[in-house]
Amino acid sequence: MIQASVLDIKEIRTQFPILQEEVNGKRLVYFDNAATTQKPNAVLKALEEYYHHKNANIHRGIHTLAEKATTAFEETRKRVKSFINATEAEEIIFTKGTTESINLVASSYGRKFLKAGDEVIISTMEHHSNIVPWQMICEEKGAILKVIPVNDNGELLLEEYENLLSEKTRIVSVVYASNSLGTINPVKTIIKKAHEYSAVVLLDGAQATAHLDIDVQDLDADFYALSAHKMYGPTGVGVLYGKRDLLEKMPPYQGGGEMIKDVSFEKTTYNDIPYKFEAGTPNIADVVGFKYAMDFVDEIGKPNIHAHEMAVYDYAVEKMEEIPGFQPVGIALKKVSVLSFLIDGIHPFDIGQMLDARGVAVRTGHHCTQPLMDRYGIEGTARASFSIYNTKDEVDVMVDALKRIINFIK
Amino acid sequence: MATTEAQDQIIEEFAILDGDQEMMNFYIVELGQKMELLGEEYMIDDNLVKGCQSKVWLKSELTGDKVKYLADSNTAITKGLVSLLIRVFSGQTPEDIISTEIYFPEKIGMSRFIGTQRSNGFLAMIKQMKLEAIAYRVVLENQN
Ligand SMILES: Cc1ncc(COP(=O)(O)O)c(C=O)c1O
Repeated sequence: MIQASVLDIKEIRTQFPILQEEVNGKRLVYFDNAATTQKPNAVLKALEEYYHHKNANIHRGIHTLAEKATTAFEETRKRVKSFINATEAEEIIFTKGTTESINLVASSYGRKFLKAGDEVIISTMEHHSNIVPWQMICEEKGAILKVIPVNDNGELLLEEYENLLSEKTRIVSVVYASNSLGTINPVKTIIKKAHEYSAVVLLDGAQATAHLDIDVQDLDADFYALSAHKMYGPTGVGVLYGKRDLLEKMPPYQGGGEMIKDVSFEKTTYNDIPYKFEAGTPNIADVVGFKYAMDFVDEIGKPNIHAHEMAVYDYAVEKMEEIPGFQPVGIALKKVSVLSFLIDGIHPFDIGQMLDARGVAVRTGHHCTQPLMDRYGIEGTARASFSIYNTKDEVDVMVDALKRIINFIK
Repeated sequence: MATTEAQDQIIEEFAILDGDQEMMNFYIVELGQKMELLGEEYMIDDNLVKGCQSKVWLKSELTGDKVKYLADSNTAITKGLVSLLIRVFSGQTPEDIISTEIYFPEKIGMSRFIGTQRSNGFLAMIKQMKLEAIAYRVVLENQN
C-alpha cells in the first residue's frame, strides 16, 4: 500500500481508458460511481487474456485449458477470501451480483428457517434489492417485516432498532453504506445486538466494499453481499459470503449441473459448499477479471481511496454551498463519497439532463430506494458519487455547470 | 399552418444552435417557460400522461373542428418538449393530428432525449395526444 500523500491521481486516471471519452463534445466527468465504477486496464486486459488463452468450462475437464480456466476462477475465490477476510475460500459463493446474493439467502435460508410470526428486520434506507426479496419470503411464510427508521440527517435510529429486536427476530438485513445517502451504518453494533437474540445478519456491502476495509470475521457478519462492478470489476459478478455452518445448513438455491454429487431419478445428493450454490456454468471470464480489480484496490489501499474520495466530497460540498438553493440530502457523521442533493426550484431530472450537456454524468431519481425518498417527502435527488479517479477540477466543472443552469432558469 | 410546416419551422430554429447540447437544453426550457400553461386546477392525476418519468399533465378541448392542447410538467425540459408537440398538434383537426408523423426530433438531434427513459415518455405524450384526437373525431362524426 502506498502513502495517501503521494497518491498520483493523474497516473491512476491513465489506467482508465474510458476517462478519455468525450460526451457532447466535452471531456467526460464521471460522477456516477455508486451505480457502477469504471474499469482499469488491468481488468480489461485480464478479460481479453482469458478469452485469448484460457477459455474452457471449469471443474469438468481434465484437459489443459480446463485446468487453466479452473485455476484462474478459483484464484479469484481465494482473493475474495483474503479481500474480506473470510475464514475459508469455501465460504465465498459467486453470484451475479448483490441482488442475487440477497435473493439466495432469502430463498434458501429464509425458506428453510422462517415460520409464521417470525420477524425480519431491514431499514428505511435499503435498496429495493434488500427489501423485495424479504417481502416475498415473508409473505410466503407469514413472517413479518420490521423497518428501522432514520433521522433527518440520514442515520439509523439505533434505539428504535433495539426496540424492534425480540425473540421473534430471525434475520436482520441492512445496508453497510447507503447508495442514496452515503451513510456508513454502525453494522458491528447492529450485528452484536442481533446476535444477542440469535438472529442472523446479512450485510448489503454493494457500496461499502469499494471504500472501506472489510473484515467479515471482525464484524461477525453471518452473510455479506457485494457486487464486483461497483468496485472496478466487471459487471455480472457478485459474491455471497456466508459462515460455513450456516451455508451447510441451507438447501440449494437452484438445481442443475455443478451443484450435485450424484444424480439418479430416485435420489440426488448435493455437492459441498460453495458448489452447492453455484448451479450451471458461472460467469467465468468476469470472475477471473474481478481478481485484478481487487489487486488494483489493494495496491492503492482502501484507506487511501476513502481519504481521497472524501477530500473530493468535502470540496464538492464546500463549493456547492455557493449555489443558491443547494440542499444536501444525507448528512450523516460517517459517510462514503455520495453527494445526494436538491436545488430549490429545479427538478433533479433537469439537473441531470443539463449536466450531461457539459459532459458531467450524475444519477437522478430515487436510486432504487423509494421508501427512503418517501421518508424525506421527495421524489428523488441528483446524486454525484466520487471514486478514486475523480478530482477537484472535475468538481469545478460540475459546479460551474450548475451555476450556469441556475442563472439560466431563475 | 400544416403540421409539417410547424415541424419544419422547429427544425430550422434548432439548426441555428448547431447541435450544441447545452444551448438546445436552454432553448427547450425557454420554450417551456413561454408555453401557455394548463391551470393548476387541471394538474390532477386524471390528466397525467402515463409512461412519463417526469410528470406531464395534458388536457385538450375541441373548438369547432379544431383541437386545442394545454399541458404542464414538473420538469423544465419536459415542459419544453411538450410545448414542441403542442406547436405541431394544437389548432389542427383530429384527422390531421391522427395522420401526422412526427419527424422533427430526429432532425434536430434530439433523438437522445428520445433515447432511453425519456423517450418512452415522449412517445407516450404523442400517443396520448393522438388518442384524444381519435375521440374528437368520433364526436365530429356523430355531429355530421
Ligand atoms: C446499496 C445497494 N444494494 C444493492 C444494490 C444492487 O446491486 P446489483 O444491482 O449489483 O445487484 C445496489 C446497486 O445499485 C446498491 O447500491
